Amino acid sequence: MSELYLGIDLGASATKAVLLDSRRQIVARTVVATGLDFTRVGQEVLEAVLRQAGADMEHIRCAVATGYGRKNVHFPCLSKTEISCHGRGAYHYFPEAITVVDIGGQDTKIIRLGPDGRLLDFQMNRKCAAGTGAFLEEMARRLDLSLSELEQLAGQSQQDVKLGSYCTVFTFTEILALSRRGIAVPDLVKAIFNAIVQRVTELGVLSGKIVATGGVVAYNPTVANLLANRIGVDPLIPPEPQLIGALGAALFAFEEAEHA
Amino acid sequence: MSIEPQPAFKKLESSLRLKQLMASHFYELDEAARRGSHKIAWCSSVGPAELLRSLGFLVYFPENHAALLGATRKATDYIPAANAIGYSPEICSYLTSDIGACIMGETPLSRAYPGITRVPPPDVLVYNTNQCRAVKDWFQWYSRKFRVPCLGVQSFRQMDEVTTLHVAAISTQLQQLIPPLQEISGTRFDIDRLRETIELSRQCSELWGQVLETAAHRPSPLTFFDGTIHMGPAVIARGTQSAVDYYIFLLAELRQRIEAGVAAVNHENCRIYWEGMPIWGKLRELAALFLRLKTCVVASTYCNSWIFSDLDPRDPFESMARAYTELFITRADACKERYIKQMVEFYRIDGILFHEAKTCPDNSNSLYGMPQRLYQQLGIPTVVIHGDLNDLRLFSEEQAVTRLEAFIEQVQG
Repeated sequence: MSELYLGIDLGASATKAVLLDSRRQIVARTVVATGLDFTRVGQEVLEAVLRQAGADMEHIRCAVATGYGRKNVHFPCLSKTEISCHGRGAYHYFPEAITVVDIGGQDTKIIRLGPDGRLLDFQMNRKCAAGTGAFLEEMARRLDLSLSELEQLAGQSQQDVKLGSYCTVFTFTEILALSRRGIAVPDLVKAIFNAIVQRVTELGVLSGKIVATGGVVAYNPTVANLLANRIGVDPLIPPEPQLIGALGAALFAFEEAEHA
Repeated sequence: MSIEPQPAFKKLESSLRLKQLMASHFYELDEAARRGSHKIAWCSSVGPAELLRSLGFLVYFPENHAALLGATRKATDYIPAANAIGYSPEICSYLTSDIGACIMGETPLSRAYPGITRVPPPDVLVYNTNQCRAVKDWFQWYSRKFRVPCLGVQSFRQMDEVTTLHVAAISTQLQQLIPPLQEISGTRFDIDRLRETIELSRQCSELWGQVLETAAHRPSPLTFFDGTIHMGPAVIARGTQSAVDYYIFLLAELRQRIEAGVAAVNHENCRIYWEGMPIWGKLRELAALFLRLKTCVVASTYCNSWIFSDLDPRDPFESMARAYTELFITRADACKERYIKQMVEFYRIDGILFHEAKTCPDNSNSLYGMPQRLYQQLGIPTVVIHGDLNDLRLFSEEQAVTRLEAFIEQVQG
């Protein structure tokens, strides 16, 4: 068994883990719902990827945790922010000057990298869930639809409807008002996805090569399509976009071990 | 792989002396209020304190009290009481928390200083709108409550250059305060006493400036977080000998630190400029975060705002007018940017942090694209954190920590 490098992304909605071998190939990966106990879920994904790889803890040469729960893991682990990790993970697939748009459960981020992969600057959403996965989850709950049903319905939309509210709560009030006026559910759902895209484009200027990552893009490709319509450029989508933060963390673990 | 323990804070020896100075300030005010031995003036933090002292007033600063409410994390308990009487949650949380505390009959002074049960009631309130318009509204509420006069100076805003016309207008307003203040104090105005007070204020200001400038040394002997605490005398005791004595003592300690190679932040490898208000209820957490990141927040607009280089006892009114008008906060963005550039150069800054305080737009310079302009012009990273001076409901610690850690990762490449 070669030495392994672990990256864990303990996000607000989902926890992701990636295990790399000494050739930086992914040998195990997992995604589970985070719940409330970051320590427990950190342990759970660790055990899951070790099981997949047929390895145990002593094979892990270095581990890096990222995401909101990055300080809560109870095994030896370095930590790095999700900004750097998403940037690093995206750069692994697109090694050039890129702008990463990561739409996560609680944060939306725009991360600009130079041609050498260096973090040039970043923007994050304010203290507000509008434009994040949490917004989408809340809308799905209020409409009594699953996230995959949202995706299907958006594809059936016949017209563009604009939502004007900034606030998640008032957005749903607006949806109710539009529904009373006879706007079809698929059009409302597409409007919800468009609201996310609108919030993303308000965060910062999107130019050059755009890479879209995160759980929202992984489960709702409509968002990437709408983003393409908005900015006039097709965003690049890496394989397994939800795992990019964990992959970036694992790559940092690899580099940390190399430099040690 | 190892997880480093949280490094310990390095407390300045001067802190004990600072505590004594602050205690005697509040006990003196309390005693005067109880005995009626002195008239008490409430003054805005960059108001005409020298004039008030020269007329024999003891001076109390509501902004200092509001900062105490923030630092003791009580502000959020009191803000709703002010909201309920019509003061919006969107306006200055110094104002709303301070008025709210008054409505609820509470003060952190009673916990910090046994025997003190209330803030010292004013005989007069004197503001200068150089900080913002909120101080005027704030003081007028107290004026109605205590049925005492509220006087003030209306300052200019958004000035690129401070001209002689600006200075003359403020000087005139300052002089117009003398007759009503004489009447309230029962003391005849004495220009020589004013000159003496201004001289003490000038010395205090100069020494405070020298204290802050020690942070230009690499590694810095103090942090912005130390500065927010040790600036107390420059705010509440300027114009007194005790403030001058305090800063002589503090400056000596910092110079000793430099000589001995003592860094405020061990292994300092990143130097940050803090633009905007402190987040009073999170000073400790943020100081600990930067300590862990081996980052020193070496300088700030906020602490620098109590350096009044123009004070000159030979020309009391003109120099007060100029000193209190040339503040950063009253200036146009172009002027503010020039100032920050100078600070970046002087303190050898690696990155600029903008605190966008939700209820303090006058002290939030990230609202009109300044971070982006400075990034372009200076080539050093900038970051904006969203929070507030006192209302912790407006601050998401998790988000801010992620943003700051990512910022330091960016600065360190």
